[in-house]
Amino acid sequence: MSDTIIGAVREPRRHDSGHKHVSGQAVYIDDLPEPVGLLHVYLGISTEAHARVTRIDLDPVRAAEGVALVLAAADIPGENDISPTHRHDEPVFATDLVEYAGQPIFAVAARTRDLARRAARLAIVEYEPLEPVLSVEAAKKTGKMVTEPLVLSRGDAAAALQQADRRLSGRMEIGGQDHFYLEGQIAMALPGEDDEVTVISSTQHPTEIQRMVAHVLGAPANAVTVEVRRMGGAFGGKETQGNLFAVVAAMVAKKTGRAAKARPDRDDDMIITGKRHDFLVDYDVGFDDDGRIDAVEMTFAARCGWSSDLSGPVTDRSLFHADNCYFYPNVRLTSEPLKTNTVSNTAFRGFGGPQGMLGGERLIEEIAFATGKDPLEIRKRNLYGGGDRSLTPYHQPVEDNIALEIIEQLEESSGYWRRREEIGAYNRESRVLKRGIALTPVKFGISFTATQYNQAGALVHVYTDGSIHLNHGGTEMGQGLYTKVAQVVAEEFQVDIDRVKITSTTTGKVPNTSATAASSGSDMNGMAAQAAARAIKERLIDFAAENWGVPREQILFLPGRVRVGNQEVAFSELTLKAYNARVQLSSTGFYKTPKIHWDRDTGRGRPFYYFAYGAACTEATVDVLSGEYRFDRVDILHDVGNSLNPALDMGQIEGGFVQGMGWLTMEELWWDEKGALRTHAPSTYKIPACGDRPRVFNVEILQNGQNREDTIYRSKAVGEPPLMLGISALHAISDAVASVADHRICPRLDPPATPERVLMTVERLRAASREGAS
Amino acid sequence: MRNEIRFLLGHEMRSLRSVDPTMTVLDYLRQDERLVGTKEGCNEGDCGACTVVLARLVDGGLRYEAVNACIQFVGTLDGCQLLTVEHLVGEDGSLHPVQQAMVDCHGSQCGFCTPGFVMSLFALTRHSETVPDDGVIDDVFAGNLCRCTGYAPIVRAAGQAYELKPRQDHIAAREAETIAALGRLADTETVAVGDGERRFFAPATADALAELFEANPEATIVAGSTDVGLWVTKEMRRLDTVIYLGRIAELARIEEGADGIEIGAGINYTEAMATLARHYPDMGEVIRRLGSVQIRNAGTIGGNVANGSPIGDSPPLLIAAGAMLHLRRGDARRSMPIEDFFLDYGKQDRAPGEFVEKIVVPYPAGGTRFRAYKIAKRFDQDISAVLAAFQLWLDGDEIKEARVAFGGMAATPKRAPAVEARLAGSPWNEDTVQAAMAALEQDFTPITDWRASADYRLRVSQNLLMRCYVETTDATQDTRLVGDRSLAHV
Repeated sequence: MSDTIIGAVREPRRHDSGHKHVSGQAVYIDDLPEPVGLLHVYLGISTEAHARVTRIDLDPVRAAEGVALVLAAADIPGENDISPTHRHDEPVFATDLVEYAGQPIFAVAARTRDLARRAARLAIVEYEPLEPVLSVEAAKKTGKMVTEPLVLSRGDAAAALQQADRRLSGRMEIGGQDHFYLEGQIAMALPGEDDEVTVISSTQHPTEIQRMVAHVLGAPANAVTVEVRRMGGAFGGKETQGNLFAVVAAMVAKKTGRAAKARPDRDDDMIITGKRHDFLVDYDVGFDDDGRIDAVEMTFAARCGWSSDLSGPVTDRSLFHADNCYFYPNVRLTSEPLKTNTVSNTAFRGFGGPQGMLGGERLIEEIAFATGKDPLEIRKRNLYGGGDRSLTPYHQPVEDNIALEIIEQLEESSGYWRRREEIGAYNRESRVLKRGIALTPVKFGISFTATQYNQAGALVHVYTDGSIHLNHGGTEMGQGLYTKVAQVVAEEFQVDIDRVKITSTTTGKVPNTSATAASSGSDMNGMAAQAAARAIKERLIDFAAENWGVPREQILFLPGRVRVGNQEVAFSELTLKAYNARVQLSSTGFYKTPKIHWDRDTGRGRPFYYFAYGAACTEATVDVLSGEYRFDRVDILHDVGNSLNPALDMGQIEGGFVQGMGWLTMEELWWDEKGALRTHAPSTYKIPACGDRPRVFNVEILQNGQNREDTIYRSKAVGEPPLMLGISALHAISDAVASVADHRICPRLDPPATPERVLMTVERLRAASREGAS
Repeated sequence: MRNEIRFLLGHEMRSLRSVDPTMTVLDYLRQDERLVGTKEGCNEGDCGACTVVLARLVDGGLRYEAVNACIQFVGTLDGCQLLTVEHLVGEDGSLHPVQQAMVDCHGSQCGFCTPGFVMSLFALTRHSETVPDDGVIDDVFAGNLCRCTGYAPIVRAAGQAYELKPRQDHIAAREAETIAALGRLADTETVAVGDGERRFFAPATADALAELFEANPEATIVAGSTDVGLWVTKEMRRLDTVIYLGRIAELARIEEGADGIEIGAGINYTEAMATLARHYPDMGEVIRRLGSVQIRNAGTIGGNVANGSPIGDSPPLLIAAGAMLHLRRGDARRSMPIEDFFLDYGKQDRAPGEFVEKIVVPYPAGGTRFRAYKIAKRFDQDISAVLAAFQLWLDGDEIKEARVAFGGMAATPKRAPAVEARLAGSPWNEDTVQAAMAALEQDFTPITDWRASADYRLRVSQNLLMRCYVETTDATQDTRLVGDRSLAHV
């Protein structure tokens, strides 16, 4: 008998679908066999950013070859709304007003996708254009918001600013980001009897899809079953953005009695669906001559787009992370979730947090230049400490702070100070290429700030042959959640992981689930699955104790077997015996995150169960003639608590960094003056390619990490935090750019730092430097 | 005439008579063959999720090429073996070494891009016996986007794959059989297939092409379909008659002739690159960054010129090098300096039924300095915001003559006469460079778009003159972030 099981927790187990990914056997929704008669659905969208619709003539669409059905607002059986926060501000189809270029007006279902796509182009839609509000700046002037702003404050920031030794203010622009999941949005609906429908959807949030489909069909939730086995990437882009495609497919299925599939092409996907919010951050900071912060006032104005979607919680989270790892003695932070005539921005890995953190890191950079000190010194000087330096702007004390420990380890292992010297020497000699370095930390709060989402369910069946069926509310988007939760169940029963069948997430098995988001997937679903497994285990122990007449404490689950007193029985033997004795071998499991509470009205509470930490040190080389750059070396030290699976965690850290780096550097969303997005495919929207990864990429997981809170096997969430390690890439470029003005002027390099932005910043600094000298 | 296309799908023969001339290989695989391992990520040859490998019979052996199935038309498969991610799996279901390495190194997360990476890596193993350095691996994967992993584990998998003897696989074991089967398919008949009125032709000789095109001047000529493919997938243009150049061996040549390098219209970038790089290292460097392996295995310099895009990368290179363009219509031939071909935006000096036959690039004369720079948001697989190409004839410190051409700065690829005039006859020093930089403003009034603003285009173009100066005068200075940095001092 083996002494260990295969696939225990802490094992660097491969992704459960790895062998299927590489051989083309992993099935995505578009790969499923299509039922006979399936209709393909395509959307007709607005070409105007803001206009009254004066005429919609869909007859040419109806008359087109192969068309079976055309749907517009009037054809919706239930409510024409898919607002995820129930603000009734997001119609499925526009009626008399369009509010962004790309807004769906109708859908057409045809025999083939090609015919549907061609037919969608035949609609006659006439508009009376209205003035569009496109930029954050324009929106600030209107003052129109999609939801209520938030204020976080502690102390008297205004007074402290007045009294500070030194004070400076500025503005930072932060660009958005397209998710660029490789598998685009897609849903396939299968009509059932009566009011029933099954929707297979590429979604992070099956329950939300279920709710929305029911709502739009005018059916109860119990009529709708939503299923997802895996997504080809999501990153937040499938938290709410799948709703549209799912409800449209479901309507076609119910109206025609035929299966229906809705899959936009890449361009429409990028034009129609929301992205990471772009922000305008106004800051005012007071500090002393050593660079220690006294007071901070910041306003985070976000381009939310035409509807609220998740912009409320996203902009809230930007405030929650505006402190990053730093203590602000007096602080006032305000959000402005602004309405614009652009796509409705949505969740994206970090959920507003990264933009908040960028604002905080800009303050550090400004202070460093103002005081003539190294930014790393300023960072360390302002970290949360014990005692009276532990309270966040939302009045939650930071109790698990390891930022200094991580920074100091990384400072040492990356050779920060030695390299700082070398870079200075290089820059003095080099005319075209300049190098820069930056070490930035991350502290990220874990939990949904909407407290009710912090619950999860699981369903575990043990069959008489000892094989196990696992289901939970979490979804698999590549992060390896299914693998981690299966490891938890294998560990509980002490069986090899291949005895645990991982099954598609479905609302029919585990109801009322939360989105797989906020990095909480394994924390919550792992706990729920553990609870389900333990419930069954308890029953097996009860049974064994009675059957073999031994005390409960003499029953022990060993790898592949169970010790009962002095004998061992195979796990499968125990389960069969238990079945014969009429023991229930199925259980649900439930988990709710403890300790958390949040009062938005007062801006006080404990929104986060704990914090995850990390730091990255990035070195960049910049070509000051072209603005091009390259990342020569990146060192990362990241905290995942006591890892459930170091291989999967490493994948999240490496991938998160590169995604964050892409956001802050080459990824640029570009709208024309009419409000049409012109970067809507990989030919125009550039995510990092293989050659953009750092030349040297040293990634370490913090050794002996622990979570002081009682999370699943004391691990920590890892989905989002590493994205913000990418902030070091922006600061490394900024540091290289600063060298052209002898590090006397803060470059205020705003992301995305495209080569153009970098060159223009170089030129600005050179001009200012010349002026200063003359 | 042969009225069917014939190819191997894996090791099974396929003959198709009724073929939509613009049906893509991707749609064919997913819809007709239900081989759904090959994915659609972008339908424009950019993300690489649809990467498949074609094996072609070349000099009695097989040449394996990764290509984008989403923009290749089915008719272009004629005479090839098409391999997809499914074909790499052994008959006993065992994973191929490149697949196993990707699993072992955690190279997949969401898995959607993975089949494409697997196919690119498989193709690499056919080209390189040992694991190449990181720079080559970056090039191999430049046409495969991954949003999850940050690429590090995939690069590790490439190294690991070579530990598992990837060249001794079941596909290699059947290579003799494949060569024989493809040998039986090779002929010099013109292929003509279609779908009702719509036709796809694939002539096997240049004469047959000349005749066909003269008779069907409305036809669309396709070489690599890296541009025409997008007309179909993105613009949904209906092309009724397509003439494919890929079977014409005499056009798929690059030769070092008496007057210069002769680039046949049908030769793809991959095959043209080494010869061009030997004479003009920076041409090689620009081509290395043009598109991706998949794009360079299909796309041609001939097509890049014929389409006349203002942002094509090869025209400025060819203009600066003083290339001549040779056109043919029926039996009539004419030639011109290549810059004269580009009349206006979307308009070239090409008559109906006339096609690009070859481009002749003179060898660089002694004392010349040739430099070319591609500026984009991303180094790899990105369309240029600006492409600058400089050729300077130096006599000691004096510039005898200068040919300067830019892409992305005007409605066509274009020379910079004011800059050239300012350089010619002047000493090659910083004052001259500054004056030439100023003169550039007379040559161009660029536009603002999503790739770059007018200001940036102008400023960076001016600065590239300075880069050229620093590179050619000060060997102590680093000037290149990517590629072969030693090039800078050639």
